[in-house]
Amino acid sequence: MSKTFLLDGRPVPFEDGQSVLAAARKAGHYIPHLCWYGHFPPHGSCKLCVVKIGARHVSACATPAREGLEAESEIPEILDTRRELLAMLFAEGNHFCPSCEKSGNCQLQALAYDLQLLAPIHNRFFPDRPVDASHPDILLDFNRCIFCELCVRASRDVDGKDIFALSERGIDKHLVVKAESGRLGDTDIALSDLAANICPVGVILHKRQGFAVPIGSRIYDAAPISELDLADEEASK
Amino acid sequence: MAFDLETAANQQNLRRIAIDPISRVEGHGKITLLLGDDGRVHQARLHIVEFRGFEKFIQGRPYWEAPVMVQRLCGICPVSHQIAAAKALDHVVGAPPPSAEKMRRLMHYGQILQSHALHFFFLSSPDLLFGFDAEVDQRNIVAVAAQYPEIARQGIALRKWGQEAIRLTSGKRVHGTGAIPGGINKLLSAAERDELRADADQMVAWSRDAVELVKKLIDANRAQFEQFGLFRSSMMSLVRGDGALELYDGGLRARGADGALIFDGASDQKYDTLIREEVKPWTYMKFPYFTQFGRDDGWYKVGPLARVQNCDFISTPLAEVERRIFIEASGGKICHAPLAYHWTRMIEMLHAAELIRDLLDDPDLLAGERIGSGARGHGGVGVIEAPRGTLIHQYEVGDDDLITMCNLIVSTTHNNQAMNEAVRSVARQYIDGQRVTEALLNRIEIVIRAFDPCLSCATHALGKMPLIVELLDASGASVDRLVRNA
Repeated sequence: MSKTFLLDGRPVPFEDGQSVLAAARKAGHYIPHLCWYGHFPPHGSCKLCVVKIGARHVSACATPAREGLEAESEIPEILDTRRELLAMLFAEGNHFCPSCEKSGNCQLQALAYDLQLLAPIHNRFFPDRPVDASHPDILLDFNRCIFCELCVRASRDVDGKDIFALSERGIDKHLVVKAESGRLGDTDIALSDLAANICPVGVILHKRQGFAVPIGSRIYDAAPISELDLADEEASK
Repeated sequence: MAFDLETAANQQNLRRIAIDPISRVEGHGKITLLLGDDGRVHQARLHIVEFRGFEKFIQGRPYWEAPVMVQRLCGICPVSHQIAAAKALDHVVGAPPPSAEKMRRLMHYGQILQSHALHFFFLSSPDLLFGFDAEVDQRNIVAVAAQYPEIARQGIALRKWGQEAIRLTSGKRVHGTGAIPGGINKLLSAAERDELRADADQMVAWSRDAVELVKKLIDANRAQFEQFGLFRSSMMSLVRGDGALELYDGGLRARGADGALIFDGASDQKYDTLIREEVKPWTYMKFPYFTQFGRDDGWYKVGPLARVQNCDFISTPLAEVERRIFIEASGGKICHAPLAYHWTRMIEMLHAAELIRDLLDDPDLLAGERIGSGARGHGGVGVIEAPRGTLIHQYEVGDDDLITMCNLIVSTTHNNQAMNEAVRSVARQYIDGQRVTEALLNRIEIVIRAFDPCLSCATHALGKMPLIVELLDASGASVDRLVRNA
């Protein structure tokens, strides 16, 4: 008989070494996430997968499942925390969904819809972040970066190119290109690299493809991210 | 040289009337009038008082973002901006294949139809149905629906059909994504085509009824129609190579106030040699003029009244019959009456309905290439006829695909001097200087509304435009004040 923990009162089977998020997802229970990617070690930076265990808020992606653990996810306190985290991400960058080519395919936007965050609730920072269009095939629009480091990890650990990094800390944190010029055009990134295809928002974009997919055929036109994330898990089994 | 009534010779000792705000066309507008002791008008201006900045903040953005971003200029005719931008950027990517152009045309005709229906039925019909002096609570679509339910029903259905054409071609009724540089992103399915086709004959019939309605209303007060806000001017529009009225692509044609050709078949890519823009310190909206005539004599009007008289014929039969009736009604002379905008607008709506009905039979809408290709360009000009007139987009694009320059001349801007002249004409005709009346306010709204539904969109939508009109005496003391809240 497999071991189980409780997620919102429901038993969830798990294997040793699995995180709360991975086990829940495998059992068909969605926990929101932005920086988690099944093939990478947990990162724990976006905090969208926050759950309540006992009196503590922890990242489900970085918390090992264990027998008898009781986690709460779909409770007002946790849902409010997730909405607050999302609202801060929207306020920190320049996220203009109406003219963003990632609209309909963007995990940040899809999560906002899923969590019913339909309007800004904080004053926006409006940071000045010029785009990097130096590469012939790939555009970098830093305005939308949420610092998930998926591109950093993909480029370093999978592509073996180590092109991206986060620089500075706190409010000054920003994505940089590890080239002497700081320009993407001076790296050997290619369209087929995982780093060029993993961005959950609209930062790393294939040039000249924007708006080529009509409204109605975009990823999240079909179903909310909570359903599609579980469908991805099902398809990977 | 300043235009008559643009700037008073001596602004001291004049009484000032301000209508502020008048509405929200590409921002807010206001009207100011300066009156002498004798009650005569010494100065009348339509000011656009908000700055938008689209031309600046599109710089540094990737070119494929432009059609989707720039369409946010407007919520009534975003399709026009989307298509004009895409047409301009076709020069960067490559000409769209036949299926793509036809899908864009379908979207654009839907836009013309829905905007014209919105403007006439929702915004302007109360002026004509109830009269200029109607009570405030009558001047809205709700009152039209109560008193003329069939007219309101047809107007709403016409607009809905146009909006559906937009939705099926661009994914959304407002601010979709259909037109992209080099082509479009979707074709029509047979089911979508049939959905539109089911109502096509009815929409053509109701559009004919709308033209008849306008003619009847105009005939009921012919003198008012001919004289209200009257001024004479040149006019400009796109015209097809064979002289037909053209809404999507053609050469630029301009006529003088007497109908004589000024230029014809001019390439839209060379618009900047034909037109220049003047900046005036009292408004954010520029004043375009024909280069060859200069700032004082080169102004003109655009829109339905210009298009219907600028062309040699209309390509669809029912609209062509109505065009001939319109031309004959003026005895073959150019008609400059601002209220004739409504008449020609309905002729164009009929034309758009016929065009959509006929285009739906074209199999290219259902199959074919969506995107064209060609040598990589570094910029271009896109000109279309938007519901309210000629719309010009120009972009320059760097090797890195980012936009380096953008210039937009929108319909409202072309009509800037014309609208100012219309306001001055109404002011001369109706202001007595002794007392600000509701009738005055309404007449100024009515003449602006003849040009531009963006200026009127906030007014008749719920019947009341927020207005404050204040009459001050020479010492600045308030003599009379009327407040109307939204």
